[in-house]
Amino acid sequence: MNRRLWGFLAGGLLVALLLAGVVSNFASPHPDGLDSSLRQGCTLDADGEIIGGSCPAQQEKEHEIGGPLADYGIAGIDNDFLSTGLSGVLGVLLTFGVAGGAFWLVRRRGTPASSQG
Amino acid sequence: METLAMHISNGIINGPVAALFAVIALAAMALCVQRGRLDLDDRLAPMAGLVAAFVFAVQMLNFPIFTAGVSGHLLGGAIAAMLVGPWVGALCIAVVLVVQALVFGDGGVAMLGLSITNMAVLGVAVAYLLIALLLRVLPRTTAGLAVTAFVAALVSVVVAAMGFVLQYWLGGTADLGGNLAGLAGTMAVSHLFIGIGEGLITATTVVTVARVRPDLVYALRALKPAQPATVPTVGGVR
Repeated sequence: MNRRLWGFLAGGLLVALLLAGVVSNFASPHPDGLDSSLRQGCTLDADGEIIGGSCPAQQEKEHEIGGPLADYGIAGIDNDFLSTGLSGVLGVLLTFGVAGGAFWLVRRRGTPASSQG
Repeated sequence: METLAMHISNGIINGPVAALFAVIALAAMALCVQRGRLDLDDRLAPMAGLVAAFVFAVQMLNFPIFTAGVSGHLLGGAIAAMLVGPWVGALCIAVVLVVQALVFGDGGVAMLGLSITNMAVLGVAVAYLLIALLLRVLPRTTAGLAVTAFVAALVSVVVAAMGFVLQYWLGGTADLGGNLAGLAGTMAVSHLFIGIGEGLITATTVVTVARVRPDLVYALRALKPAQPATVPTVGGVR
């Protein structure tokens, strides 16, 4: 792999790290389209907790794993900005490592039959 | 008050239907590995890793939509389809969903097949079909590329949302009193607006990559043979 490709990858990764590590703290705290659709029919309090009515979201069950990074935070870090940002950074690096590593392992080796440039 | 979970939680769809879609998703991913290997070379493999990481990052960025109290976020199917192709692109989205479910407690592990089917399989497939169509009929300009990315992203988001409605019809756990149309309506309308956001993010991302490194945009390579660098203003010389 040539140096220009690595430069592009490093730049792209830096953008992803900034988005997940910093910009993520300015994301809307409201439930997304799926979540809010599943809450239709329920009455919510100011914190978004269900306090009455009936809706699909009431059937939600606990997550199997949870874990220290559950809900995009880091257990034990009280500062929201730090907690969200660091979990985002870890997520980006982990996703890059897992996806990039897996794709690298299964990639086609040798000279390509039809060169893609 | 932060409601950061964004994928299907446990208990929303019943076990048998979740299992059925787990089988469908696994079969689809196996096919994607088989076909994607042909695309994956020394250049595409790290690029696909970056695409997955980028989609993970941008999915965290919920943006407000039309109605107060509702947000939306990128699904990423069209970005992945455009930059690394349909097979590897679907695998990218699947990796993101698996990481989110296993490490970030987002989306039930038992629900993974449902989410992978909606966003990685349906979302990417619809996006790529539209990309293949639009890149052929639209002018080969930056505007043409942007419109292609926007439309493919918007439609793929709405189709993915309708995938969930289908799954809810098959195995939803709450009794809607026959009012599935109501759920379909709110899902469709909210995701139409989310799709606009997805379209803008996708178009911006793809046009940016095409300006910097047009050779790294899979769709431009695969769908415009015998054409050199297709985005004007770019030398495209390596």
